[in-house]
Amino acid sequence: MKLRRGLPDDGSQHDAELEQALLEQALQNFRLSVHAWSEDEYSRSHTAKVIHLTSWRVAAGWALGCVLAAGSLTGGLYERHHRQEVARIAAAAEAARQQKLAAEQRAHEENEDLLAKVDSDVSREVPIAMEPLAQLMAEDEAQ
Amino acid sequence: MAAGTAIEAIATATAEEFAGLEMEAAAQEFSSVVQAHRPQIFRFLLASTRDVDLAETLTQECFLKAHRNWDRFRGDSSAMTWLMRIAINLQKDHWRNRRVQFWRHTRTNSVDMDEASEWLPSGERSAEQQMLAREQVKQVWKAVEGLSARQRTVFLLRFVEDLELSEIAQATGLSEGTVKAHLSRALGKVRGELRGKR
Repeated sequence: MKLRRGLPDDGSQHDAELEQALLEQALQNFRLSVHAWSEDEYSRSHTAKVIHLTSWRVAAGWALGCVLAAGSLTGGLYERHHRQEVARIAAAAEAARQQKLAAEQRAHEENEDLLAKVDSDVSREVPIAMEPLAQLMAEDEAQ
Repeated sequence: MAAGTAIEAIATATAEEFAGLEMEAAAQEFSSVVQAHRPQIFRFLLASTRDVDLAETLTQECFLKAHRNWDRFRGDSSAMTWLMRIAINLQKDHWRNRRVQFWRHTRTNSVDMDEASEWLPSGERSAEQQMLAREQVKQVWKAVEGLSARQRTVFLLRFVEDLELSEIAQATGLSEGTVKAHLSRALGKVRGELRGKR
């Protein structure tokens, strides 16, 4: 009786022990699984951050480099264009000045010729009666 | 009078130096606390939410909050317990806000149980043992999903983070008796899930 009663007790105790062992094993596996997952995600998120940060820096460096290169190129082109424009304006101004000087010179010469002609014409128009007197004055001036 | 002023100046300078040194020491201490406990806080939040991004965000918030209140930490409990308490409260706040704003966040980034169960350390196990372990992990996840928020927190702190009952009580603000009761119910559900699959 005792044995018969003991057998089911032993059996249920064995079941309980088995169940307890199974529970402990499951909990241990669960713990290990969460730890493995967490470690992987933790290291991955940190690596990803570093990569993200590095790639962001590289991109920013490239962008800054491109902006600087474009700026230098544009600045150089603008400077060249500006210099050409200044040289063109200076040449035009110089040409205009030369033209003005030439015109003034020409006008001056024309005036001189005109005055000389007038003088000559006026001197030729001395009346015939006054010719001897004009000759005397010319001789005096020559002396 | 002049001597008095000089002494006052020295005292002020010394106090400032001490204050500077104290601040530096506190910063170093906090930095070492972050290094020591950040992985553990992240793990607890990851297990609680099964959402990597959310766990990362809440971990950052946890240490930000801890940094702001570091001078109020008196060392009555361990730094770990104190940080865990902050993390639990942040998580609670998050779910509360999420419930209020459920229409804003219809999508969740949580990993499903199958995916979470795939993680196992590559030990000296046969393929069959690996499969069995994976199945057990999945069953435990299923049971954890059916737990109340408080039961889940207590369960994870005990069986994932290996905290003592007294530490769990400190971190959750519950009495040890209540912690035991929650733990017993949680284990009952895990046992039931495992029994159901046998």
